[in-house]
Amino acid sequence: MATQHSRSAARIMMAPAVVLLLGWMLIPLIMTLIFSFKKYLPMRGGDLGWVGFENYVRFVSSSAFWPSVSATLIIVGGVLAITIVFGILLAILLNQPMWGQGVVRILVIAPFFVMPTVSALVWKNMFMDPTNGLFAHLWRFFGAEPVSWLSEASLPSIVLIVSWQWLPFATLILLTAIQSLDSEQLEAAEMDGAPPLKRFAFITLPHLSRAVTIVLLIQTIFLLAIFAEIFVTTGGAFGTRTLTYLIFQRVLESQNIGLGSAGGVYAIILANIVAIFLMRIVGKNLDA
Amino acid sequence: MGQIKLNQVTKSFGDVQVIPPLDLTIEDGEFTVFVGPSGCGKSTLLRLIAGLEDITSGHIDIDGSDATNVPPAKRGLAMVFQSYALYPHMSVRKNIAFPMKMAGVPEDEQKRRIDAAAKALNLTDYIDRKPGQLSGGQRQRVAIGRAIVREPSAFLFDEPLSNLDAALRVGMRLEISELHKRLATTMIYVTHDQVEAMTMADKIVVLRAGFIEQVGSPLELYHTPRNEFVAGFIGSPKMNLIKGTEAQKHGAATIGIRPEHTDVSKTEGMWKGRVGVAEHLGSDTFIHVHDTGLETGPDDLFTVRITGDIQAKHGDDIYLTPQLDKLHKFDAQGLRVD
Repeated sequence: MATQHSRSAARIMMAPAVVLLLGWMLIPLIMTLIFSFKKYLPMRGGDLGWVGFENYVRFVSSSAFWPSVSATLIIVGGVLAITIVFGILLAILLNQPMWGQGVVRILVIAPFFVMPTVSALVWKNMFMDPTNGLFAHLWRFFGAEPVSWLSEASLPSIVLIVSWQWLPFATLILLTAIQSLDSEQLEAAEMDGAPPLKRFAFITLPHLSRAVTIVLLIQTIFLLAIFAEIFVTTGGAFGTRTLTYLIFQRVLESQNIGLGSAGGVYAIILANIVAIFLMRIVGKNLDA
Repeated sequence: MGQIKLNQVTKSFGDVQVIPPLDLTIEDGEFTVFVGPSGCGKSTLLRLIAGLEDITSGHIDIDGSDATNVPPAKRGLAMVFQSYALYPHMSVRKNIAFPMKMAGVPEDEQKRRIDAAAKALNLTDYIDRKPGQLSGGQRQRVAIGRAIVREPSAFLFDEPLSNLDAALRVGMRLEISELHKRLATTMIYVTHDQVEAMTMADKIVVLRAGFIEQVGSPLELYHTPRNEFVAGFIGSPKMNLIKGTEAQKHGAATIGIRPEHTDVSKTEGMWKGRVGVAEHLGSDTFIHVHDTGLETGPDDLFTVRITGDIQAKHGDDIYLTPQLDKLHKFDAQGLRVD
């Protein structure tokens, strides 16, 4: 099967895809690196030459940098915690035989198909609007003062919106994991005298650990880059400026491509640090 | 203690009744085997006793007290599953400790029982491995170990050997029998393999479609099967069942003769046939005889078993003579007549 001939044929046939993907990744990466060492202001003189590490120093010493890092971490951490905890609970619920299971499962998956921009706008205008939003009506019904969610509780609101989008993904992965649990193991634990909560803690949860790490890994990669939800709701105000958003502002609003590129390189480094940590955890979990 | 009594127990899944009203008593210390073809309800019956399924009507008494509505963990029974159902993320030690941990057994007592079980089951060298690193037979022993440490009033085995290869199965069969002799605890064992049933049981319960066809010791079942089904099910190779004129000569609707109770000659005998396949096992020879003219079934096959070796080639003529005192007679309903 794997003769010399078929192997070289396979390489030739894979080559176009490999070259394309490499180019797709490498060209923007190299351009970002080049720009990050330049003073490049498109509307104010264009390329103004090499400046060494000045952009890197300026990006970090800016007063917006550390708040943006913490906002990023709060959003990623918050969404991960919510999606995993509720994902596990929902997966267990959906795994129970019930009437209309098929329809319910589709409904639960539905939010994942809504575009981030659309879902953020729906949340902003239909739920969180301080005068016409559903929450405002609810608050007034109980005689309370409506909360202007996106300015007074901006970070939790964004965490809520993003969690709503990613919960289906977590639920789906965890549901398939739960379905692969051998029912005889649960029965054995039942005979061994473990009540339902202990069965969950000692049998179901360890069984889910792999799926949880996969959800953690994939979601983290995507959550570090969330943008649309912030853009259409707070526009980066009220402490919701994440690292991604800060880079966007540096490049497009301040028209400073060099500074933004330096921020981009920091984001790459941050993402890789997170990825290394996660890969280690996943590696450990996938071994067993 | 471990007497289990089933009183008019039934089980239905929706409209389908898988266990019709059934009475059965399993005495303390007895090794009882439920045997029957697949789908006969033997596993369901075991799960009813374990409490993993709710019975539809009737009562189950364990040690004289009604256990019908007692949850599985409180029945004092331990079960060994077909898939072993070991907890894959726990080491052998933790697997065995799990039921004691749940029951709140003190640490030093746990350790003592684990060490004793590991020693008895030859698991000491593997005690810190995970189930994934063990062979099938070792996993089987861990599952048994997990059952032993609970010191249950009865063990339930659900086809525990069906995932093992033939050689290992014979070994584990002996180990389980040995264990029963040593512990003298009630054991209920489900299998579809009549060899396991014959070799291990004190009492065999033959089931078909939820009905108990016969209850008795292995030799009772072998020598006096109550009906045609039991006659055909117990014994290997299967008993030859003959209908038609030959049976009427003996005043029965069906007569049965075991392969080992038939004499074979190349020159003379009661029935004449042609050798089909001869299976030479060395100690025995099984000969499948065709064209006997006896109504043994659609393929008209008659099996004989001869101790030792015999020169029989495909297509040879052969004469068969049944040992008439070993003949089983059944009436039109398939019930035994004596």
